[in-house]
Amino acid sequence: MPKPGEFYQRDRSIQPPALAPAYKTSVTRSPNYPLLSLENTASEITGPVFGQGDIDAIDNDLIKNYAHTGDPIGERIIVHGRVLDENRNPVKGALIEIWQANAGGRYRHKKDSYLAPVDPNFGGCGRTLSDENGYYFFRTVKPGAYPWRNQVNSWRPAHIHVSVFGSAFAQRLVTQLYFEGDPLIAKCPIVNAVPDADAIAQLIARLDLNASIPLDSIAYKFDIVLRGRRSTLFENRLEGN
Amino acid sequence: MAQELDYLKETVAQTAGPFVHIGLAPGAAGFDIYRQELGRDIAGPHAGGERIRIEGHVFDGTDTPVKDVLIEAWQANAAGIYAHPEHAGEVEEGFRGWGRIIPDFDSGVFGFDTLKPGAVAGRSGTVMAPHINLWLVARGINIGLNTRLYFSDEDAANRTDPVLALIEQPARRDTLIARRELRGDAVVYHFDIRLQGDGETVFFDI
Repeated sequence: MPKPGEFYQRDRSIQPPALAPAYKTSVTRSPNYPLLSLENTASEITGPVFGQGDIDAIDNDLIKNYAHTGDPIGERIIVHGRVLDENRNPVKGALIEIWQANAGGRYRHKKDSYLAPVDPNFGGCGRTLSDENGYYFFRTVKPGAYPWRNQVNSWRPAHIHVSVFGSAFAQRLVTQLYFEGDPLIAKCPIVNAVPDADAIAQLIARLDLNASIPLDSIAYKFDIVLRGRRSTLFENRLEGN
Repeated sequence: MAQELDYLKETVAQTAGPFVHIGLAPGAAGFDIYRQELGRDIAGPHAGGERIRIEGHVFDGTDTPVKDVLIEAWQANAAGIYAHPEHAGEVEEGFRGWGRIIPDFDSGVFGFDTLKPGAVAGRSGTVMAPHINLWLVARGINIGLNTRLYFSDEDAANRTDPVLALIEQPARRDTLIARRELRGDAVVYHFDIRLQGDGETVFFDI
């Protein structure tokens, strides 16, 4: 009986390199030396385990989880999809955490000083666990684009930050979700740090009218793929043998 | 044409950006939203072993503290067991072995309380010296950086650690060793992470 073994080597050829000079902050925050590649040990194939006791049911509803006097202002959307691994298997119990600006592009963060106002009924973060099929969903408002100090007239496309845990620390992922059709995507140096067009396309959530709720919310579908792992048909001496 | 392999490709990373705290540590962003934030207590109250504190800075290539970094720690308990179903052995109730660390926004100093992990079985019958796995994300970091923290008072174990042994240059090995200090009765390990340049920390592709 094959047992799960090591994770597939991360394909660094499609990942953004540490140094992407058009994204200026990366210039002083990128290591000069190459990464040292490690074979998996217990330290990499394990990772924190989360359960329903860690979160609350309302945590995935950004329209309600910070509503004080009413609902937040903005385009009501559902973001949903599946967490899969590279072998197309569903990743169950994956903790997915998201954060985003409000409809005007303003973050609820003491360091954000953009002149667009904070929405008193919008916090901007949510979290959930994928189910038996790897499925997850959030309800939120569509974030607005916002300016940032890269060049003087740089604007981030509308995006939602996404953090995912699989079953292993080796699968840890932080990325960003963009929205189909946004003309700012092609202009963004953070997006364009990714050297592979297919990999960028995978970051763009698609409008999903089938999942939209008539007269209520528009849906976008965003599938997330985490690293897959081998089945050890032949012993590869992972641990203690 | 050969057959196609039907593997998917891993979703690629993007920087966590300057406001990562909103999602992963909203209290630090300045608001309270969840019943409990995750990752605040690594060891829990019942775990055995030596209680320690780890403190340091993350520096960029100009020696400036990186104040908007978020660090996650992943470690075994004092017996060298990870709180994970694929690692044989039990951990104490409440021991998760995982935590989130946010530096002070003004000084850039980070600190966290945990317990000193035990040695963990490595590959092919080897034993890894006690270590804490660290993962860093921040504005300007396009894909999370993995490194390890080892302990200065584990010299013998460090000398035979199979991962440290992969680092060709001894001076680079030293970038992963946290320095033990006593502050009154408290054990504090000092560990700076240098993203770039002189004394650059070793980062791993795991």
